[in-house]
Amino acid sequence: MTRFVLRRLLLTIPVLIGASLLIYAMVYALPGDPVRALAGDRPLSPAVQAQIRAEFNLDDPFPVQYAKYIWGLLHGDFGQDFSGRPVLEIIGQRLPVTVKLTIVAVFFEALFGIAAGILASLRRNSFFDNLVLISTTLLVSIPVFVLGFLAQFVFGFKLGWFPIAGVADGWVSYLLPGLVLASLSMAYVARLTRTAMLEAFSADYIRTARAKGVGRSRIVMRHAFRNSLIPVVTFIGADIGSLLGGAIVTESVFNLPGLGRAIFDAVRSQQGPVVVGIVTLMVFFYIFFNLVVDVLYAVIDPRIRYD
Amino acid sequence: MPGPTTLRRRTSLASVFGILILVAATLSGCTSAPQTPPGMFSFYLGEPQRPLVPGNTTESEGSKIISAVWTPLVTFDVKSRAVTYDGAAQSVTSADNVRWTIKLKPGWTFHDGTPVTAESYVKAWNYTALSTNAQGGSYFFSNIAGYDALQAEDGGKPAATRMSGLHAADPTTIEVTLSAPFAIYPVTLGYSAFDPLPEFFYTDPVAFGKKPVGQGPFQSATEWVPGHGMTLTRYDDYAGKDKAKSRGVVMRMYTELSTGYTDVLAGNLDILKNLPPDAYASAKDVFKDRYLGQPSPDITTLGFPMYDPRYSDVRVRRALSMAIDREAIVDAIFLGTRVAADSFAPPTVVGYRENACGQWCEYRPDEAKRLLAEANFDTSQPVEIWFNAGAGHDGWMTAVGNMFRKIGLTYRLRGNLQFNEFLSKRDAKEMTGPFRLAWIMDYPSIENFLATQYATAALPPAGSNTTFYSNPAFDAALAAGNRARDIADANKAYQRAEDILVNDLPGAPIFYGMDQTVWGKRVSNVHYDIRNDVVLEDVIVDGQAV
Repeated sequence: MTRFVLRRLLLTIPVLIGASLLIYAMVYALPGDPVRALAGDRPLSPAVQAQIRAEFNLDDPFPVQYAKYIWGLLHGDFGQDFSGRPVLEIIGQRLPVTVKLTIVAVFFEALFGIAAGILASLRRNSFFDNLVLISTTLLVSIPVFVLGFLAQFVFGFKLGWFPIAGVADGWVSYLLPGLVLASLSMAYVARLTRTAMLEAFSADYIRTARAKGVGRSRIVMRHAFRNSLIPVVTFIGADIGSLLGGAIVTESVFNLPGLGRAIFDAVRSQQGPVVVGIVTLMVFFYIFFNLVVDVLYAVIDPRIRYD
Repeated sequence: MPGPTTLRRRTSLASVFGILILVAATLSGCTSAPQTPPGMFSFYLGEPQRPLVPGNTTESEGSKIISAVWTPLVTFDVKSRAVTYDGAAQSVTSADNVRWTIKLKPGWTFHDGTPVTAESYVKAWNYTALSTNAQGGSYFFSNIAGYDALQAEDGGKPAATRMSGLHAADPTTIEVTLSAPFAIYPVTLGYSAFDPLPEFFYTDPVAFGKKPVGQGPFQSATEWVPGHGMTLTRYDDYAGKDKAKSRGVVMRMYTELSTGYTDVLAGNLDILKNLPPDAYASAKDVFKDRYLGQPSPDITTLGFPMYDPRYSDVRVRRALSMAIDREAIVDAIFLGTRVAADSFAPPTVVGYRENACGQWCEYRPDEAKRLLAEANFDTSQPVEIWFNAGAGHDGWMTAVGNMFRKIGLTYRLRGNLQFNEFLSKRDAKEMTGPFRLAWIMDYPSIENFLATQYATAALPPAGSNTTFYSNPAFDAALAAGNRARDIADANKAYQRAEDILVNDLPGAPIFYGMDQTVWGKRVSNVHYDIRNDVVLEDVIVDGQAV
């Protein structure tokens, strides 16, 4: 197991280097001149523009720019944005917000998704099953910004149950955005759980367990649920990876200063080092949580071994 | 080995549940509403793009912090728009419009306790002007003698680090020698690029850019944290005319206007300047006496590519201008939140004349058709209309296109360019038809709108004359204004320049903006300065001025 994990972690290094090269190239290829855009309708004086270009190596051809970036990286310098803030500081300020939002979203997603899935599978074709089917279809089909503004208006403004925006209230600030963000995945989790549970119910070992006289709740939780977890865990793991990349829309609607907004601003203003720094981190999260999922497989299903 | 594995599995499951319960407990633990400290108010702000240094901040959001933390040299009367000396300067005088003497009021201090002297200004101006410091406001000093020596040629070293035309004669006197006469020089000194810097700035510019130290009514209490904002508190030792009437301002940063609007509706945010488009029509009724809407000191013009032979005939430009029903655009697209333009400068500047543009800015489609036919305009090709994407220009540009259609033309929208791409193309003469051109006032003079957008000296890359209009008579009229004896004479010459512009019509003025502000029940005495920025030091919280 340890060897497996180590090998996978080592493999992330070439992936990260490849990803950073690709992302840097894409930012470089964006049309337009980032320095020209800094000043808007009134351009900076030509000498000042030249100075800023030199500071951020913008006049160099792509290979030179990228080499300078990697060289700085090897010396622990992750670069800085146009206002002189180090990229590490930006990530340090934004990451906690994104992590909190992810925790809350995944918590809701797992809790409600799995619960609804199990209940629906137990009462197949019942009113509740249909309710889950219809409500999940509805959630999946509403764009997240509509859901966000709607939830904000109804629960934040009209009813006043939740803060409207910002992070001033600690964890409470993340409840509503977390729910909104979770709503889409919640639907998938519910459906995945339901299908996997139904499949398990018709399996031989469940029949055996029933024949042995095992209690109903034990059959559901211990036998059927445990065996249905694999697809659900796969989905949630991948979801954590992508949620940590920042949810641009949800963060903007609820004014949460997370990674999503930072990356959006950086792409728009073509700040190569910022984009590469943050996106490479996202790629790393994604790889890492997929590894966690693989390890979890072995925990959930003892038949799976990596040695 | 089933035993230990199961055990480990159990513990990991237990710890997961433990974390979940912990999270749930923390979640239900705190339920307070976002509080602004007593006596302070919150203010909506977009994300500043550059460090918070007066000479480096030229965009609107950072400027709002700068103008709270600093007091400019000169101020303006909101009604007459004339220069007043309620700022840091006692007087700005000159005998020949070339050599200027700026007399400072004594007894001013920076927020760190150090005194403000003439040298604080001189050193800051030289720093901003020096090209290797890459300060955004450098061009504001380009009319001072010796500025060119501070500009590096392609990566080289500048020849000097101090402008020869700038001296501190004594601790309260700054002497400025301009490279050419400029009658309205005092008017330009209201801009924040002319603010002084304390010695602390030069020891750590990066730290300063996050937590600026000025001499204005408010001081930085916290660092500016991107995405969160910053807190400013009242500077009790402020030497200026009016100390702040509140304990401080919480600058709260948002990315979505709509979110800010909901927050101000709910009373979480105290002041919001600029409204989301869906609130344009309703805000006035919702907020009633807590609403302020005034035409803003800016102009949006449809520029013509003077380098394109297709638009080189003035009759074509006049026809296109007369084809546009400005009132209809203002009413139908902007729901009355813009003002139809009738001059090359907005009504908020000194030197503005009502209807200076005359018949060419009126809606006269029949006359437009006749002029097009007379000029043998090729109607088989569509008129391409250029603007930047994602900034709300699609609506009115489509309306303009449809108005062109009414005079027998076809049109094609070229509105899929990002702002920076659009700006680059516009500077590179790549516009193949009328394009969006906009200007926001730096200082309240018509000269600011004419010289920066249409003078030969302002051709790209140095300036913003993106129509590439160049007329010696126009340049001469501007120069005559700059040489004039006083501001009144100068304005007469500038107006002559505007007449030349109207005759040549390198652009068709379309509309002036409108600044709408709404505020919550906690605050009062909300009003604008000459730039339509909320005068933060005058805001009163809970009806009680400090």
